[in-house]
Amino acid sequence: MTQTERQTEDLDDSMFVKLEDSEKDTEFIAMESKTYLRDAWDCFKRNRLALAGLIFLLFMIILAVLVPILSPYTYDSQNLDVRNALPSMAHPLGTDKLGRDILVRLMFGARISLLVGFVAAFLNLIIGVVYGGISGFVGGKTDMVMMRVIDCIYSIPSMLYVILIMMVFGSNIGSVLLGICVSSWIGMARQVRTQVQTLKQQEFALAAYVIGAGKLRILFKHLIINCMGPIIVSTTLMVPEAIFTESFLAFIGIGISLPQASWGTLASEARSVIQSYPLQIVWPVLAICLTVLSLNFIGDGVGEALDPKNRQEV
Amino acid sequence: MALLDVKHLTVDFNTDQGVVHAVRDISFSVGESEAVGIVGESGSGKSVTMYSVMGLLAANGGIREGSVVFGGKEITEKAYPSRKAYQAEMSKIRGNEMSMIFQDPMTFLNPVVRIGKQITEVIKNHNKVSDAQAKEQAVALMGQVGIPSPHERFGQYPHEFSGGMRQRIIIAMALANSPRLIIADEPTTALDVTIQAQVLDLIKDMKEKMNSSVIMITHDLGVVASLCDRIIIMYGGKIVEAGDAREIFYQPRHPYTMGLLKCVHNPEKKDKLTPIPGSPPDLLKPPAGCPFVDRCSQAMRICKLRMPEAETYSETHTCSCWLEEAGKRKGENHG
Amino acid sequence: MAEALLTVDHVKTYFDVTKGLFSKKQIVKAVDDVSFSIGEGETYGLVGESGCGKSTLGRTLVQIYPVTGGKIYYKGRDIDTLKKTDRKEFTREVQMIFQDPYASLNPRMTVGEIIKEPMEIHKILDTSQQREERAAELLKLVGLKPDHIRRYPHEFSGGQRQRISIARTLALNPRFIICDEPISALDVSIQAQIINLLKEIQSDLKISYLFVAHDLSMVNYISDRIGVMYLGHLVEEGTADQVYSSPLHPYTRALLSAVPIPDPDVAKARRKIHLEGELPTPLNPPAGCPFKGRCPSATEECGKVRPEMKDYGGHKVACFHAGPSH
Repeated sequence: MTQTERQTEDLDDSMFVKLEDSEKDTEFIAMESKTYLRDAWDCFKRNRLALAGLIFLLFMIILAVLVPILSPYTYDSQNLDVRNALPSMAHPLGTDKLGRDILVRLMFGARISLLVGFVAAFLNLIIGVVYGGISGFVGGKTDMVMMRVIDCIYSIPSMLYVILIMMVFGSNIGSVLLGICVSSWIGMARQVRTQVQTLKQQEFALAAYVIGAGKLRILFKHLIINCMGPIIVSTTLMVPEAIFTESFLAFIGIGISLPQASWGTLASEARSVIQSYPLQIVWPVLAICLTVLSLNFIGDGVGEALDPKNRQEV
Repeated sequence: MALLDVKHLTVDFNTDQGVVHAVRDISFSVGESEAVGIVGESGSGKSVTMYSVMGLLAANGGIREGSVVFGGKEITEKAYPSRKAYQAEMSKIRGNEMSMIFQDPMTFLNPVVRIGKQITEVIKNHNKVSDAQAKEQAVALMGQVGIPSPHERFGQYPHEFSGGMRQRIIIAMALANSPRLIIADEPTTALDVTIQAQVLDLIKDMKEKMNSSVIMITHDLGVVASLCDRIIIMYGGKIVEAGDAREIFYQPRHPYTMGLLKCVHNPEKKDKLTPIPGSPPDLLKPPAGCPFVDRCSQAMRICKLRMPEAETYSETHTCSCWLEEAGKRKGENHG
Repeated sequence: MAEALLTVDHVKTYFDVTKGLFSKKQIVKAVDDVSFSIGEGETYGLVGESGCGKSTLGRTLVQIYPVTGGKIYYKGRDIDTLKKTDRKEFTREVQMIFQDPYASLNPRMTVGEIIKEPMEIHKILDTSQQREERAAELLKLVGLKPDHIRRYPHEFSGGQRQRISIARTLALNPRFIICDEPISALDVSIQAQIINLLKEIQSDLKISYLFVAHDLSMVNYISDRIGVMYLGHLVEEGTADQVYSSPLHPYTRALLSAVPIPDPDVAKARRKIHLEGELPTPLNPPAGCPFKGRCPSATEECGKVRPEMKDYGGHKVACFHAGPSH
């Protein structure tokens, strides 16, 4: 005990005065309060690959907006004097067989491809979430009927829809989007339905019911917001899928019609001169690859950032 | 000599919010065939202490300081040349000399493997026995822990058992190799009261039969009252009081222990419940002084600034509280 | 009791768990013919082990599950036939606190949003500003700090979250709160806090409680009357003192003797009643007394007929072998 006594000798008697209640801090929380998105962003930032993907994508979008505005060429201005030119100061990526500037055409292509990708993903998000949400929330017979409808749509190959729609409505952006969207929201709907089914049994959903919340409020404010993680991930991954489908359609020649060129069309055009000017096909293919790759990285990063398992709670 | 000797154990977890100091410089020991209860609230560090003894800390956690000696052998990672060597050694010890009973049996049972196979696996992992022998032992064990018609239930899957029966299976697996130390982490929290009473009695019986030591981790003093010889009270990552059962229940020294006793409803007495106000401290920024200061009705200025040293009252009873010192000073001033 | 606030009259809640279209019909009788009533400002404790139907009954009262048979009366009116405005009043006045504080708060909403939501739905107070102030006031009332209002549920401990839950129900100025095992997921030191908080609120605001719990220790402390449920049936009912000091039903006695006592001498001296086996499933329950399989004093008679509730001076029990004379 001598050790204890020695250590307390320096203490004044005033140290042994009782603390007032106001001097205590009973409900102290040291944790920094972060909103969900802020937390997810902090986690996303740590994933280098995903961050690189995001930067590349933003760069691509900026170029797609700026290049056609700043460039002296338009996507269809032909200059037969400089056909199939190699990269130079005047034409950074060279020209094609009609003497059109490849960079400008590529960036116009980016506009179309990215537009198709994002709009398709957005439409999928809306349709899938609403359909799956209602199906899972209402349950019972409604759910059964809604799921059988999905099965029917799913039983026909998606390419068939696209080709049929292109034939009927002509080959423009609208019909490509419609074609891609007809069946691709199904995955999203099924995912949301399963999530909503589990979440609606949770006590916070019951609590919302007990305080008198209406059905729409419970569905959107309580259930769907809590499955936003996987929804955002699937939406992000839907973008490259749509870009890919569109490029594929364009490449086999049933995509958006000339002279507006998507990346698929550019690749398809370059195919005819592949023997003599192989560089021309490299550009659109590279654009597709890098964009799809970075979107996939972003998707992975978002998935990781939104996964509650990656949040360390002690 | 003590079977388990923990000295100056300090465990930290790295989180994206900062370092959580889950266990801060604790020392205790468990003797041969002794039952020790570690009592504390969630976040007091009681489970983390045992996980670090067993080498089962999550990837973001680690023992920063201190030593753990089990059966005369150092079992912290720093005593081994590599992480692999350490883990190899620990998996030899776990389930054999040292075994565990968890709160939720389903985290420990594989849902797609038959119960019998899971028990024989444990036996075969640590002993050279034939399949038939292992099965015989497993059935005998199941009978011992009170599973009716063990022969028939040997081939069933975990979902065919009720919560209480699953916990019995876990106990059977924990006892399979006659361990020297059984660590039970809130083994009855998820069970109903009547089943809880059954399981506690079973643990007590088996302990006596096998002559093993038991460490019982719980938040409920009632659970350890009839089972444990010695009780350690943990709060905010520190041991605030330790003593034998009678000392803790009848002569508690620490305000937290007294508070714990007062806030459990004792059906034999009709006392008013006096809750401990507030919430446990946030170990992300643990207070510099006594962790209990903000909830203590007798807290003094010093309590905020400095952690009190442990005062010894008897061979077994120690308590860390400034009230002792304050009492002494009062005596001096008046006399 | 002069006027009952809530009366449960022979209520049954069954679930159809038949798997597949053509299988044999399987019915879980979660709550089977239960009757009791709760007065103004009274606390009724409902005790039983998991699977006995106590939580199902609580959820039936707030219409999460539909009633299969029998009637529930609130302020003398059948809650199944309420008109629109009366229904609104009913949902505002009858509230519920849930068991798991980790699951009962929406993780994507701040504490302020959680407490303000019921006020928004029922249009209590006029402006968002007023609601915000009221939410801060409620937080203070349950012992938290007003500046916690912008934090998210996961930043709080279990006991703190349960207090947020209580603040949310209080936002509606309820008359009747169903507490569905509000303390069973908490540490003992925190349990007493919540119980005392509920008691304080009751004495200030004159609220009635239905307090559902799985063990008798805390229920005795908070309840005026206690009902004991087993396998969907109410087997004993009386004042807290009656049930506690002179339990009549063998199941109640076993429940009492299983409560851990924080006193080594008493715990060692106490005579324990060991129940054999476990709770049977409410799927196709046995005929006769539901408790007969585990009962130490079961006779042949118990296997044939279900014992009726018998009243011994306000202390009711459903057992052939119980009663003051036994």
